[in-house]
Amino acid sequence: MLSDITIGQYYPGNSLLHRLDPRVKILLLLLLMAEIFIFASWTAYGFIIALTCALMCCSGVPLKVLLRSLRPLLWIIVLTFIIHLLGTPGETAYQLGVINITWEGLSRGTFICLRLMLLILLSSLLTFTTSPVKLTDAMEALLSPFRRFGLPAHELAMMMTIALRFVPTLIEETDRIMKAQQSRGVDFTTGSIFTRLKAMVPILVPLFLSAFRRADELALAMEARCYRGGVGRTQMKALAVTRLDYIAVFLMIAMAAGLSVLAWLD
Amino acid sequence: MGSFIEIEALEHSYQAADGAGRKALGGVSLSIGRGEFVAVLGANGSGKSTLARHLNGLLLPSSGHVRVEGMDTRELAERGELWQVRSKVGMVFQNPDNQLIAAMVEDDVAFGPENLGVEPLEIRRRVKESLEAVGMTRFRKRAPHLLSGGQKQRVAIAGALAMETDCLVLDEPTAMLDPQGRKEVLEVVKRLHRERGLTVILITHFMEEAMEAQRVVVMDKGCSVMEGTPREVFARGEELKALGLEVPLAGELAARLRQAGVPLPKEAILTVEELLQGLQALRGKAHVH
Ligand SMILES: Nc1ncnc2c1ncn2[C@@H]1O[C@H](COP(=O)(O)OP(=O)(O)O)[C@@H](O)[C@H]1O
Ligand SMILES: [Mg+2]
Repeated sequence: MLSDITIGQYYPGNSLLHRLDPRVKILLLLLLMAEIFIFASWTAYGFIIALTCALMCCSGVPLKVLLRSLRPLLWIIVLTFIIHLLGTPGETAYQLGVINITWEGLSRGTFICLRLMLLILLSSLLTFTTSPVKLTDAMEALLSPFRRFGLPAHELAMMMTIALRFVPTLIEETDRIMKAQQSRGVDFTTGSIFTRLKAMVPILVPLFLSAFRRADELALAMEARCYRGGVGRTQMKALAVTRLDYIAVFLMIAMAAGLSVLAWLD
Repeated sequence: MGSFIEIEALEHSYQAADGAGRKALGGVSLSIGRGEFVAVLGANGSGKSTLARHLNGLLLPSSGHVRVEGMDTRELAERGELWQVRSKVGMVFQNPDNQLIAAMVEDDVAFGPENLGVEPLEIRRRVKESLEAVGMTRFRKRAPHLLSGGQKQRVAIAGALAMETDCLVLDEPTAMLDPQGRKEVLEVVKRLHRERGLTVILITHFMEEAMEAQRVVVMDKGCSVMEGTPREVFARGEELKALGLEVPLAGELAARLRQAGVPLPKEAILTVEELLQGLQALRGKAHVH
């Protein structure tokens, strides 16, 4: 049950998107998101949707899996659509009692929903094609310029690394403790929320105690392996930009320029 | 065989919450040669882990000295250069779950050399070689939580090897493993000692493991109380039992047989093979009569 949980949604593969440098991917994603907000015209969206479809095709991730990422936010998308549909004044398209649907509402609702879906799909493409470890490395690299303002970039990345390593272990342990408590007759599944929460206490207490012990021992093991923080540290899998990254950056900047010209002509 | 680790009148007190010191080591002197295989035995709380943690500067002496290749750990600490001894003396801890840092085996093995600022290509070479040395190459892409206990401990050993360590200190590395995992780990340790001349300090509860060492040190209440070859130490079965330690099963059985009047040969019997030989010799005699 609990052991089914995986962290992140990485879909292993070797597609063009998988091979892009994670830092480049993050920056290009930010650029695309900015474009989605800045160029709010149907023509611009045509281009962006075409690009998104192309990226989805060459990501090597099955369409079904990709679309599944929309599911958690489906209700928000639907709700947003309805609010815009009903709340936008304009020429009536359909009327039923007090409900007044306008053409403007229809267009605006569709537009906003498209925007939401594009944002979700594009960020999912990043997480589907980039392993959590690489995301962590990229985060450290991109945040490191802010170190001079006191941002602990390396420490944050190290925390992520340790979390990625220990979340499965802690989940296994939770599972084990729950089974141990259940075999002593503790019931987690029935009763009011309050009784169920109370039943969680005998799980959380041993879990926390063991987590603290683990942290203690891990710190010692890290020290024993010469860990001295981020200064002077190298990385075996150092991130490296390749020609592919330059091409991707060039194409994306060209597209941004094209969209700007389009917007200016309008 | 020059002395690699030199421990001199080592005392250590833990600071309790109320500020009072609690003595865990009371004057241990020990010299460990390069390439030696030493087993440390002792009841729970006898100070074995405390001693182990002095060997790579995780703990510093309250008084006395620990020198690794002539470098005094307290002096290194003052200069902030403890990494020098930590890269020479690798350490493997008891709990296989709490000493692997990365979410993939090869990344974890790379952790030590990364901290030492080694070049990426050289790290790759070391990781490959270390994983081969412990027979874990096949699992290099695996997540640690999917490995068995014995495999995790072997990865931990590879992590130390990747720092090009000269010495391995193992603090009850097999205490939480099943018999299979115990065998795997001990095999790897023995092979590394034999083939690479690695200095090994093995803290253990298992007498069969201590039998593999060249020298056994027995600790009690923070002091080293017995020292010698495994044969010399295990021949003192009664004393060991008085210290709360078990005696190898074959030795115990031989002692009881002798007590019961079975005329086993006089030589010390410590292993199953020796016991078998002794018993067969008896049968031979019986046939003659
Ligand atoms: N962090 C600590 N703080 C206080 N006392 C400790 C600490 N660690 C160990 N001790 C005490 O030091 C003594 C020796 O412990 P240890 O070296 O862990 O023994 P062993 O490994 O042989 O079981 C024990 O009495 C133990 O209670
Ligand atoms: Mg101990």
